[in-house]
Amino acid sequence: MNTFNVLWLQSGGCGGCSMSLLCAESPDLIRTLEGAGINLLWHPSLSEQSGGEVRRLLERCARGEVQVDALCVEGAMLRGPGGSGRFHLLAGSGRPMIAWVRELAAVARHVLAIGTCAAYGGVSAAGDNITEACGLQYDGTLAGGLLGEGYRARGGLPVINVAGCPTHPNWVTETLMRLALGGFAAEDLDGFGRPRMYADRLVHHGCLRNEYYEYKASAEKASDLGCLMENLGCMGTLAHADCNSRLWNGEGSCTRGGYACINCTQPGFEEPGHAYQQTPKIAGIPVGLPTDMPKAWFVVLSSLSKSATPRRLKENAVADHQVVPPTLRKGKP
Amino acid sequence: MTRIVVGPFNRVEGDLEVTLDTARGKVRAAHVNAPLYRGFEQILQGREPMDALTLAPRICGICSVSQSVAAASALADAMGLAAPENGRLATNLILANENVADHFTHFYLFFMPDFARENYRGRAWFPAVEKRFKAMRGEAAFEAAAARAAFLHLMGYLAGKWPHTLSIQPGGSARGVDEAEKTRLHVVLRQFRHYLESRLFGAPLETVAALDGEKALDRWRGEGAAGGSDFALFLQAADDLKLERYGRATDRFLSYGNYPLAEGRMFPPGVWHRGLQALDIAAITEDVSHSRLGGVPAQLPPAEGVTLPQADKEAAYTWCKAPRLAGEVAETGALARQLVDGHALIRELVANSGGNVRNRVIARLLETARVLIAMEDWVRALKPGAPFCHHGSMPAEARGVGLAEAARGSLGHWLHVYKGRILNYQIISPTTWNFSPRDAQGTPGALEQALVGTPVAQGDEDPVLVQHIVRSFDPCMVCTVH
Repeated sequence: MNTFNVLWLQSGGCGGCSMSLLCAESPDLIRTLEGAGINLLWHPSLSEQSGGEVRRLLERCARGEVQVDALCVEGAMLRGPGGSGRFHLLAGSGRPMIAWVRELAAVARHVLAIGTCAAYGGVSAAGDNITEACGLQYDGTLAGGLLGEGYRARGGLPVINVAGCPTHPNWVTETLMRLALGGFAAEDLDGFGRPRMYADRLVHHGCLRNEYYEYKASAEKASDLGCLMENLGCMGTLAHADCNSRLWNGEGSCTRGGYACINCTQPGFEEPGHAYQQTPKIAGIPVGLPTDMPKAWFVVLSSLSKSATPRRLKENAVADHQVVPPTLRKGKP
Repeated sequence: MTRIVVGPFNRVEGDLEVTLDTARGKVRAAHVNAPLYRGFEQILQGREPMDALTLAPRICGICSVSQSVAAASALADAMGLAAPENGRLATNLILANENVADHFTHFYLFFMPDFARENYRGRAWFPAVEKRFKAMRGEAAFEAAAARAAFLHLMGYLAGKWPHTLSIQPGGSARGVDEAEKTRLHVVLRQFRHYLESRLFGAPLETVAALDGEKALDRWRGEGAAGGSDFALFLQAADDLKLERYGRATDRFLSYGNYPLAEGRMFPPGVWHRGLQALDIAAITEDVSHSRLGGVPAQLPPAEGVTLPQADKEAAYTWCKAPRLAGEVAETGALARQLVDGHALIRELVANSGGNVRNRVIARLLETARVLIAMEDWVRALKPGAPFCHHGSMPAEARGVGLAEAARGSLGHWLHVYKGRILNYQIISPTTWNFSPRDAQGTPGALEQALVGTPVAQGDEDPVLVQHIVRSFDPCMVCTVH
């Protein structure tokens, strides 16, 4: 098997996508990658090399002496102040990270934006965006970003946006494995450059609160068991990710953890235009309709299902533990 | 005088550059530069106060929960809200899970791989260290990573995911636990205990927690399975390299205390400087005289703090502010927590050799054992069916302070709500204390002092001893430059 070299850089972000990546399981991260012939040339959390060894490695990669099959960039691209990139000078090099990324992206076979910051700017670009943060090939929902809309890596693909805040470890490992094993094509990316293997799902799929959703039995406050959509800001019916069918840290997900999906795989999630944990409403009806749902039907179905909510769901929805268990039917089914 | 610029440092969170002025084979002065600016204090201004629960954890991917706890505490303080017992226990468990996992990650993946570098080949302990800790190839890269991932299943149950949870609320936890889940939490903890006892310590956690001095530590190392443990292997290398002689800072230690219980914090707050002193939060200021931040008086208390980037400021060499406690430099972390708490082994180690590379690592491992034992108690104390979260409302105008301990030390959030929005939000993170630049008096920060006197061979551009000293603080640079 040919070795597939991965170089990993971090810039304007929290490092959480790397920390999440380390949660890869069955097998652990290194064995998972090894199994697909993936070699980490350098990763900031895992490699031995530091300082001069790293600077020389980056220079050799830039000169094409070491092949970079995948350049993974974690964290937003900080173009400020005033376009100078001086909000992040790579330590020891005195050079803006955005200059390193441009140079390495020109030689890499594939470029991956790891996490929503690297993909679109993410939380790093929130508010007035003092740091002039953007993604590798997007600035929020607008194509462009650091590398420009027309950028294509040597392998022919645009930047692959493994968006998420943080990313699920398997989104990253499986994308890398598919690239290493071959056959990953432009059709495998969605309209925001995300791998469709996880972005063609909705967070709603597999949500344990689906029965509450069906009957519009809604949570009213944090720790309630009911559906989080009507009051507590949940965007699981809109969010493109498989968080409730591919779980986190064993058996977790945001909605299983008791809180709303904030649509963190989406460009612009950092500025939802309302408080994260509150659903914006017009005339008592949530503004954000479920994906592919016509408004009139949603309103009709909601009021119908609300009038049919079983007592069990109504009471459990506003409790922090199940107070009414499902009725036991005795006798033959 | 020769000047060398060291960086990027890996196996620290985020980017770091250290400038060393050396003469006659020793470091004479060090300047620590956090070369990245992020702007969270500006991002938070103008937001709905509760949005801090979503945004603040995203300051950091490795101390994410600590940021959540500090934010929730600041909001709770402003709202006058207290959590029910279950909420307190669940929050403690989530925070302890992160802190212990961070200690574990630091030891196995960040700190120890430096001892498996080629320059140590030939040392008696090298073959064993290389086998266990070689970066990406040693046994630890596989099995410790797997043990860590399994331990973090606790997050899956209690926090939905890690990093970046929203389970932690001002009034407790949004995630109740039922009896079945409580049982599974026990299983997660038992599994991790097994790893610690079989590989890290070669002894029951209780034995490690009960070590009451250097003699007890030496005796323990000589006994049975303990001798072949990873902890003993570290101590062997530390003895050989005399790591207790390196990395000493000011020996003034700060802890906000951690894990609130009904009877107070499990580790109490305090300051240690040749003896235990009370912690006066009002004595904390931040100085920006050498930071690329401008437009303000050089020193302000965090409640009045201002953050305005100024990339071209003269004499400035970092994006990090310089926090001071009553004008003094302080070191924070597991060593400070255990010292302030009064653990006998740590008190004796510091009395004999101060804060240094070896003692920081010992304190971290000792704390790992102590906290895991406490976590088992907290799971037992959870009461499914009783409330996990209380509720309140935010006044239109309010102030709040949230203090927590991340794995790497004291973390504080200072919140000011005005007309229902965040007017000001100031954060002092652990590595801001430890890796602070010089202040207006020219006094260097803790790491800057700790590096002075370190031997550096002529022509060595990345001295490994410097790496040990830097990593002994378990730095988190992304928090530092929030």
